[in-house]
Amino acid sequence: MSKSKIPYEVYTEEVEALSVLSPDGEIVNKDKVPNLSDDQLKELMYRMVFTRTWDERAINLGRQGRLGFYAPVSGQEATMVGSEFALDKNDFICPGYRDMPQLVWHGLPLYQAFLYSRGHQHGGQIPEGVNVLMPQIIIGAQVLHAMGIAMGYKLKKQQQVAITYTGDGGSSEGDFYEALNFAGVYKLPVIFFVQNNGYAITTPFSKQTAALSIAHKAVAAGIRGVKIDGMDVFAVISAVQEARERALKGEGATLIEAVTYRFRPHSLSDDTSKYRTKEEEGEWSEKDPIARLAKYLEKKGLWTEEDTARVKEEAKATVNEQIKKAEQTEKMTIPGLIDSMFETTPKHLEEQKADFQ
Amino acid sequence: MAQMNLKEAIRDAMRVELERDPSVLIFGEDVGNVGGVFRATEGLQKDFGEERVFDTPLAESAIGGMAVGLGIQGFRPIAEIQFVGFIFEALDQIVVQAARMRYRSGGRYNSPIVFRTPFGGGVKAAELHTDALEGLIAQTPGIKLVVPSNPYDAKGLMISAIRDNDPVFFMEHLNLYHAYREEVPEGEYTVEIGKAKVVREGSDVTIVSYGLMVHTAVKAAEELEKNGIKAEVIDLRTLVPLDIDTVIESVKKTNRAIIVQEAQKSAGIAAEVIAQINEKAILHLEAPVLRVAPPDTVYPFAQIEDQWLPSPATIIAGVNKVLEF
Ligand SMILES: Cc1ncc(C[n+]2csc(CCOP(=O)(O)OP(=O)(O)O)c2C)c(N)n1
Repeated sequence: MSKSKIPYEVYTEEVEALSVLSPDGEIVNKDKVPNLSDDQLKELMYRMVFTRTWDERAINLGRQGRLGFYAPVSGQEATMVGSEFALDKNDFICPGYRDMPQLVWHGLPLYQAFLYSRGHQHGGQIPEGVNVLMPQIIIGAQVLHAMGIAMGYKLKKQQQVAITYTGDGGSSEGDFYEALNFAGVYKLPVIFFVQNNGYAITTPFSKQTAALSIAHKAVAAGIRGVKIDGMDVFAVISAVQEARERALKGEGATLIEAVTYRFRPHSLSDDTSKYRTKEEEGEWSEKDPIARLAKYLEKKGLWTEEDTARVKEEAKATVNEQIKKAEQTEKMTIPGLIDSMFETTPKHLEEQKADFQ
Repeated sequence: MAQMNLKEAIRDAMRVELERDPSVLIFGEDVGNVGGVFRATEGLQKDFGEERVFDTPLAESAIGGMAVGLGIQGFRPIAEIQFVGFIFEALDQIVVQAARMRYRSGGRYNSPIVFRTPFGGGVKAAELHTDALEGLIAQTPGIKLVVPSNPYDAKGLMISAIRDNDPVFFMEHLNLYHAYREEVPEGEYTVEIGKAKVVREGSDVTIVSYGLMVHTAVKAAEELEKNGIKAEVIDLRTLVPLDIDTVIESVKKTNRAIIVQEAQKSAGIAAEVIAQINEKAILHLEAPVLRVAPPDTVYPFAQIEDQWLPSPATIIAGVNKVLEF
């Protein structure tokens, strides 16, 4: 294979991550600017600001005991919102436990996301017509599902792709390698999107792999690997669109490594000061994906600070309304749970219901 | 003596053994620098260095398999699986490879490994963090299975497990990590693997349990006592090998028994204990032995786990049933 002229496409040497938008909101890579209308650009910004506000509210709701398990996302809006934005509504999303924004922007009602967090079964009941799985707790399992779903698209000759998300940690699981390998062998229309935020709980990237990058793991599977700036929403959209087009043309899978950072802790019960430094957090906050897009849009006259304030208010109101809806949803029952085990409840389970009536 | 909770007692056991035996190693996800998501190994890397206590990449099968390889090399690995639901990723290495090493090599190699994993409900954790999966392990020949219910036993059993030349699966109940402190001797002492303990004497009914459920059973027994019913409570402590003799002795005295487990009802430890009571003491029974256990559903989302898990009330109802039979 000839050496690539494209810096972010990996072969065997180190690569620069693809950047399109600089931290000052300047275009640094004209060829890779996604083709978006002004309205689309504003919608993208809206979703990113909304997601940040929702995340902040969710952390507070968690502290008040109104949410259960919750994994913060701030800092990763470009990877989460941007990658979903580049998809078709019918593409399939297989998320990890942190990837709630992709699900919601793909059609899962927000109150169900809250129900999921509160430990209610209805939270994972995906509405008809929304092509997503519920968040996966077993790291790496969803990567295999996306591969299988993509196999289904291929067998059915359906022009759709599956995308799946995991973290830098997730890219170490055996399941991850097996999925990549199958995708290579069967040339599947699947996008493996790794959000490398530098840490798997407390374990830094340097202890996760000795590979030059996660994108390099594509090489061994015979699929395409690219590395992008995950704080740059244009780089994200451009990479996902390109991967999608290749997949639809029958050119197979792409592994995208997006280098990003999570401003908040791993989960609500984690203390970042034990393994991260303030300096590092400060450096990354200068790359904030929302500020970066805002600068670009402000220069184009498409966005103002008032717009941000307005979206924040709107997001807060929506979150309040949706959490109330979650709180008012009828409680689960044990007989209901028992009936959800099989299509037809077997006799021994019918008997077990008697203990709970 | 020092006051320790269950987590501190387990950490103390590991510290004692790291000091005593240079072949003891600890590894797993996040166990090094910060000492694990529950801080069970906190401070051990600092004191024993990165060669003996270290973080691994996020890959359970590799953690299990590395333990098997290190065991062959003469080390005594303590491999942490961060939460019980993630053992499935490592199951081949634990129940097939580690558990069969002695058999497959005709005794040439063994697997002196401790697989530590937190488990246990009632803490409203996320999916798959709490399931009681001891039944899976117990069905596997070649691996020992320990579920301590208190800090004293936890330390003594952990030291025994580390010194054992066969693989030991060591389950630590999340709800007991910080539940309470008790006097735990400093330095080394062992609690024998394979011995149950009568934690409360009684003459009317035997309640057999393990892990957190021992405490729930004791609460039920205290309530029952108010109505003049004397329940004997047995803590199995070790599920493989199972100390059925202690159970049989008690049943011969009380003639009635119930088994309480946190795992789903069917095909589990409770079923095994009942089968052995039938084999060894059926003529001593005045009533069928009952299981008090959750229904055969997946461990439910947090919202209804309190109703799903056995409670003092469901245990009392079970006791009344065998008394009124
Ligand atoms: C199979 C499995 N092992 C371990 C865990 C526990 N765990 C939850 S999140 C996490 C770290 C994940 O890190 P990464 O994949 O980098 O994603 P990030 O949280 O950084 O987004 C671990 C070890 C799990 N959920 N599943």
